[in-house]
Amino acid sequence: MPDPQVTLPLALAHGLSEEEWRRVLDILGRVPTYPELGIFSVMWSEHCSYKSSRVHLKKFPTSGPRVLQGPGENAGVVDIGDGWAVCFKMESHNHPSYIEPYQGAATGVGGILRDVFTMGARPIASLNALHFGRPGHPRTPHLVKGVVAGVGDYGNCVGVPTVGGQVVFHECYDGNILVNAFTLGLLRADKIFRGCASGAGNPVWYVGSKTGRDGIHGATMASAEFSEETEQKRPTVQVGDPFTEKLLLEACLELMETDAIVGIQDMGAAGLTSSSFEMAGRAGSGIRMNLDEVPVRETGMTPYEILLSESQERMLLVARRGCEEAVRGVFAKWGLDAVRVGEVTDTGRAEIFWRGEKVVDMPVGPVSDQAPLYDRPQAPPADLAARRELDLSAVPDCRDPEGALLALVGSPALCSRRWVYTQYDQTVRTNTVRGPGGDAAVIRVKGTQKAVALTLDVNPRYCHLDPFEGARLAVAEAARNVACVGAEPLAVTDCLNFGNPERPHVMWEFARCVEGMAQACRELSTPVVSGNVSFYNETHGEGIFPTPSVGMVGLIEDVSRCVGNAFCEEGDAVVLLGRTRGHLGGSEYLSLLHGIERGTPPPLDAGRERALLALLRELACEGKVKSLHDCSDGGLLVAVAECGLHSRAALGATLSLQARGMRLDGLLFGEDASRVVATCAPAMLQPLLDRARACAIEATLIGTVGGEALVVNVDGQRLVDRPLRDLRAAWEEGFESVVKRR
Amino acid sequence: MKAAVVEFPGSNCDHDAYEWSSRLFGLDTARVWYTSRDLAGADLVIIPGGFSYGDYLRCGAMAARSPVMESVVEHARRGGLVIGICNGFQILCEAGLLPGALLRNRTLTFLCREVCLRCETADSPFTRAVGKGGLLRLPIAHGDGNYFCDPETLDALRAEDRVAFRYVNPRGQTDEAWNVNGSLDAIAGILSEDRRILGMMPHPERASEALLGSRDGAGVFESMMATMGGTG
Repeated sequence: MPDPQVTLPLALAHGLSEEEWRRVLDILGRVPTYPELGIFSVMWSEHCSYKSSRVHLKKFPTSGPRVLQGPGENAGVVDIGDGWAVCFKMESHNHPSYIEPYQGAATGVGGILRDVFTMGARPIASLNALHFGRPGHPRTPHLVKGVVAGVGDYGNCVGVPTVGGQVVFHECYDGNILVNAFTLGLLRADKIFRGCASGAGNPVWYVGSKTGRDGIHGATMASAEFSEETEQKRPTVQVGDPFTEKLLLEACLELMETDAIVGIQDMGAAGLTSSSFEMAGRAGSGIRMNLDEVPVRETGMTPYEILLSESQERMLLVARRGCEEAVRGVFAKWGLDAVRVGEVTDTGRAEIFWRGEKVVDMPVGPVSDQAPLYDRPQAPPADLAARRELDLSAVPDCRDPEGALLALVGSPALCSRRWVYTQYDQTVRTNTVRGPGGDAAVIRVKGTQKAVALTLDVNPRYCHLDPFEGARLAVAEAARNVACVGAEPLAVTDCLNFGNPERPHVMWEFARCVEGMAQACRELSTPVVSGNVSFYNETHGEGIFPTPSVGMVGLIEDVSRCVGNAFCEEGDAVVLLGRTRGHLGGSEYLSLLHGIERGTPPPLDAGRERALLALLRELACEGKVKSLHDCSDGGLLVAVAECGLHSRAALGATLSLQARGMRLDGLLFGEDASRVVATCAPAMLQPLLDRARACAIEATLIGTVGGEALVVNVDGQRLVDRPLRDLRAAWEEGFESVVKRR
Repeated sequence: MKAAVVEFPGSNCDHDAYEWSSRLFGLDTARVWYTSRDLAGADLVIIPGGFSYGDYLRCGAMAARSPVMESVVEHARRGGLVIGICNGFQILCEAGLLPGALLRNRTLTFLCREVCLRCETADSPFTRAVGKGGLLRLPIAHGDGNYFCDPETLDALRAEDRVAFRYVNPRGQTDEAWNVNGSLDAIAGILSEDRRILGMMPHPERASEALLGSRDGAGVFESMMATMGGTG
């Protein structure tokens, strides 16, 4: 079939704007060929070019003494000392996962793994943030089961442990679920590989799976809103093969042990096109390729299809001249295709041939890094003031704290995620010191005393009510979670999930979130080293809550000093670190018990947070505490209950609290920031209180660990007295009730 | 005393098995690629877990027919020790070195969690240091760990004291609620007729360091060390 004639209407159908079409004509000085139009369309898609977000992303702090590689590469790299570094990134696979949850989620995991091992790092841990629609939505159980199985099956087969993450339910995701996958890899600090096609004359190799027709225009799909037609876009979802990924991973790492590789990059979104253009773009070089050499899985594939296919488990690499045998040998051992498809040139142009004909001849620079940039109009949402209004005098105070606590721990938002994480291999590679269920996962670094701590966080409700403060709080909570296992927060990766950027209120929310994250990252000295933006999470004009997922990585110098979040021993003191003011705006309690999602998120004092983070690390390192648990969603009572629920011995506690004129619901379930529940041996209590005071952190003895029940007295009155097993039953059954609903 | 860890395309616990043998127990350990027929003079062969050949066809089916397995069969015939863990157990069944098969978990999902095992016999090179009735907490991580065999085989396994481990509750009693993958007779691991081959679904190599939460798996390796040290 001959290629269609390239015209403005065809360009518009490819998602280019009229202005972008004119720019294409300017750059080429002629009408593009059909494959060239395809290349412009994917390279200038929102997904690949970040054209609406780049002007804002510049606001992130991206450097620091430990940063070895910031944004702009396949993943960020941070020095952890002793010659070691960690490489990590988070990416979205939202649109494909809604259309085909199993394959969409699986290939999301595959993509992020490749982004990490292409840097020369062995992936040692994955996390994922999953946001689903309301539990009662008819599609939710199907989506939950498919996504969890997809994430699990892929990571399990490759042999990378999935050690934590986040699962959120909210009706704002009814038509647009979020699947954000995070992977961290370990590498030598002086052996970082980059996606760079340098050295004219060096051969370009295609390695991995054959190219098929799957996933053509996936990147373009991820750059448009959903509609009924999207349901018919199932063919644009890629199909994953984790076995091939495992072989590709081992082959690439084995070849990296030699000095054959000049540059290497995953063929992810926009496949062969983006990998070749980005690699040449970074090096300022050119590239010549012959598509007849590309291994294909189907007959009759056109240049357009070969260039735009998003078939999985493929990499493009530039090798040193003369290393052909090394490349062939390693890939043959692993039973994978490795084919020389072209070479690096110094022309600055991409010249692509097919059946002897030059089908693409265009300059690399203007396509790869002079993509259009938009500073799109912004306006606060019309109902913002109404969202923030909260009249607590109209909300009756809590009369049944015990019932409220049971409802909260059994709710979809806060119940145990065991149903999810038992489907993930959490312990392969024997590095998992602390897996799912903790404040942060802890992965040791073999051959050293060190460990890394990992967590993902965001509270979309906070971001909906105040995108700036919500994003700031997400960074702070992530840092606190990492500090609660005794780690120093090092750096951040992000996945920014938003609606349609062409709507001014979405753009306003995006800009405020970026600014809030940037400010918190500066305040806490945790630079952003990698990330991803996912726009167009909208269906029928209904957007999601702003959801800037924050991935935080921390460092523990002595892994034997890391602490958990569970009660350890009868008689230990329970201490609340941080100040309680009873803030209820945007809280889980108001949402679940009163159906109110209004007000402002709790205020965050950066100085106080910094002091708390330092104190937590010190208490853990010096062995002054036995457990630390961040107090966030659901407030103090939920945090204390979780300490008991996580304890193997099923230890309860007795608390004695003072209301000091506060509302009861605020005291028990308020979500004031920068608070942590700590436990320590009775003999350590005074030193702990003294240290906290010296750091200007409020510290209050609130109770004692022990017994089989959670008992809470407020101003001498017993308000809660419930066996822990009742709370456990609610907590453990909560998730099953979501997935079994029909 | 020497060990060999056999590696297939898709093995992913090979590194863990190697660490278990070499770093934790100090054995001279070779890594043997599936195309090789040379087991490097090993006294002990470890078939590690993972997804050999992506679990395509059937778990372990293709690995069981690879060149290295001919050498493993030969090694076993000479009375050499063989331990297959998780996918390694599946491969040993597919290779005919152990009876029965591992079916899809009763839950129809992958399951990764800690389980309780009861050691059912001290009379084996893999369990003598654990002792009959000894309780172990070990992780499982599999989608197909539901042990099954025909009634005659089950009778033989019982009569010949070849059930090495059963899934039990934390008090050490068999309890269907704790037989999480639905295995026949709660079987978690079995021995060959000559008791020199063990296949088990749980992962002792993931639970041999206090830092990782349990040292219970070390007993299996200590048993093998004692055997090899004693009888060669």
